[in-house]
Amino acid sequence: MLQLENLKKSYREPDGGILPVLDVPNFAVVEGEQMVLLGRSGCGKTTLLHVIAGLSRADTGLIKLDGYDISGLSEAGRDRYRAAKLGYVFQTFNLLAGFSALENVQLGMTFARGKYQVARAKELLDRVGLSDRAHHKPNALSVGQQQRVAVARALANQPRLLLADEPTANVDPANQQNTIDLIRQTCSDEKIALILVTHATEVSDQFDRVDRLEEINQVGVTSH
Amino acid sequence: MLTALSMALGVMLVVLVLAIHGVVAESFGTWNLGYNLIVGAKGGSLQLTLNSVYYLSRPVENISYEYYLEFVGAEERSRALQHSIRSHIHDAQWDTIEATMSAFPGDGLGSLAGALATDTLRAQDYSELDLDRGGKFGQFTALAIPLCLGDYYGQFRVVGTTPDLFGKLTYGPSADRPYEFTAGRNFKHWDEEHSYFEAVVGSTVAREKKLSVGDEIASTHGDPEGEGHGQKFTLVGILKPTGTPNDRAVFINMEGFYLMEDHALDPPKEDEASAEDASGFAGMAGGFVEPEPEDEHDDEPPTGEKERLPVEQRQVTAILLRTVNPMVAVGMPRTIARDAQGRAQCVMPIREINGLFVIFVSPIQRALLGITALVCLVSGISILVSIYNSMSDRKHEIAVMRALGASRGTVMTVILLESVLLSVGGGALGWIGAHSVMALPAVSHAVEGRTGVPIGFLSFAPPIETLIEYPIIGPIIGNIPPELMLIPALIALAVAVGFLPAMAAYRTDVAKSLGS
Ligand SMILES: Nc1ncnc2c1ncn2[C@@H]1O[C@H](COP(=O)(O)OP(=O)(O)OP(=O)(O)O)[C@@H](O)[C@H]1O
Ligand SMILES: [Mg+2]
Repeated sequence: MLQLENLKKSYREPDGGILPVLDVPNFAVVEGEQMVLLGRSGCGKTTLLHVIAGLSRADTGLIKLDGYDISGLSEAGRDRYRAAKLGYVFQTFNLLAGFSALENVQLGMTFARGKYQVARAKELLDRVGLSDRAHHKPNALSVGQQQRVAVARALANQPRLLLADEPTANVDPANQQNTIDLIRQTCSDEKIALILVTHATEVSDQFDRVDRLEEINQVGVTSH
Repeated sequence: MLTALSMALGVMLVVLVLAIHGVVAESFGTWNLGYNLIVGAKGGSLQLTLNSVYYLSRPVENISYEYYLEFVGAEERSRALQHSIRSHIHDAQWDTIEATMSAFPGDGLGSLAGALATDTLRAQDYSELDLDRGGKFGQFTALAIPLCLGDYYGQFRVVGTTPDLFGKLTYGPSADRPYEFTAGRNFKHWDEEHSYFEAVVGSTVAREKKLSVGDEIASTHGDPEGEGHGQKFTLVGILKPTGTPNDRAVFINMEGFYLMEDHALDPPKEDEASAEDASGFAGMAGGFVEPEPEDEHDDEPPTGEKERLPVEQRQVTAILLRTVNPMVAVGMPRTIARDAQGRAQCVMPIREINGLFVIFVSPIQRALLGITALVCLVSGISILVSIYNSMSDRKHEIAVMRALGASRGTVMTVILLESVLLSVGGGALGWIGAHSVMALPAVSHAVEGRTGVPIGFLSFAPPIETLIEYPIIGPIIGNIPPELMLIPALIALAVAVGFLPAMAAYRTDVAKSLGS
């Protein structure tokens, strides 16, 4: 369902130089597949997820989701695509400080459909075990709890693809396993494809498919 | 939140400055005097105005009381003249009445007056007076109030006048507010208890001299350090603050004023007549001039009281005139100049005051207006700066919303709406704050006490009339309360202020701002 072809992404450095980060000839994820993306720090994992999510533009190449080419979409088109098809759990959660846990979960729905379903937001919070903290603001939640809110928010729109960027980097091992279980369970329940970035081998060990970015990324091969 | 706060403070400042401007404009502005002409002795017209309206400047010369009578109706004039004639008969009794009577056996007023003129009257001869005609200008005059100036009470001017000053005159921007008393009442022409010696003081005088009703006050002659008069006046009323110069003056019954030493032109030979003598001569006078009995007037003392001064011993400093219609007033100064032949002049106080304001008050008002504009500008800029500063926090928020699928348009609208709400909310808060300050008892009392302009929570700054001069927009902005203009200004500012972050939101590089 997700297909990347000849994807290239480089950053323009402040000194004017160009830093190539991604050169991915081929990468694909099938419907409902759950996979782990490994890689050294700085090898371009977050960059890849951003490009897939349409948060930043690839220099060249094709990004297809369910047959649609995302790379050719306008900014507004990519906004809609993101709202409709994608869930994203950020490395740093990115919860909105001014809104309660419940409101944070509802926000994505608002943008996707122009309205939100309180019932679904509550059900999601319930699923991540936070129904009793629904009305707390993020700064009144522990890091682990914040992360679970971020997961609930990413799942709120029933996306086709969930991108999770080191979702367990900031939590203790017990919570880490809970969160991974939660994400995997929900994804399989709702037939959501999952690309999960992690450094933890105890996490990657649980997945059938584990890709190393260095192996699929030509930039990593040549420059390092 | 910081933005709303700075908005609130800015608006509060602007509203307060506007209010101050309004108070200044209203207290110095074209408040209606309630009269349109002043008649006084020939001299500087501005000096006459300053004396009569503001009780300021060096005292001016006086005019004869007889000239004052040219502004009253037939009844009052003849009453005053006949009273004078009667009082001369009293005076004459003490030395020459018998001789007079025998020399000019009772053949009417003319001979009597002729005899009196030789010893008590000056050049004045009652025989030449038509007792029954009204004053020459009586028919044009709706109200004529005499003022006798020259005395002081401490640093405050003492004004001898009639009760009409507070009973018939009104004040305020449209001259519709009656004078009211915080304590006591208006003084009377004659009072059972205090005779002719009642006084009323303005609010400032009462406050600074710590006076209360029932106190006795004595004025000094000529200037604040002048010699004291023996005569005491009883304070019967304290005026409510009016914001007019009347707050700073002492008002005494003109009749009492005349009876103080030094005030009569030519003091009567005897101060008091015994009851029997007076009544005896009252009857006698009746035989000559057929006067109305004096006690027909309810404000007249019963026969036997201390006598009022006759006309020729009285003078007035100024006459406050309200003409029957404004058209009449236009021609009066010239008519009177011709009629009085150097003895009196008639001025239009509003014209004098306006001339004064153009020189002194307008620059102050213009400076205040400039300050107001500056405050508006500075507040606006400080609001812009504070919004700009909060932008970096917003960038992240915006990026998160975008990452969640919010479109550029949505984010922009959200930010814009938020800014507008914050600004308008902050503005409303500031307005409420400023008006709460005005409503504080300490503030409103102080302002009303000093300027007479009543302010409260719901008092809006008046339109800034000087703006009318500006082309095209002048007539619009010069006529609406400036605080109303603040609303569109605020919304414009809010939109401007909102557009900055909104545009930034529009352009935000989502991936960069998210961090990871
Ligand atoms: N906006 C940017 N401008 C320039 N260079 C960037 C930018 N964002 C990332 N890079 C560089 O691109 C490379 C890839 O960064 P990226 O964040 O994708 O790495 P990562 O694999 O996610 O690392 P980590 O595991 O530490 O999160 C890094 O060398 C980084 O310095
Ligand atoms: Mg990363």
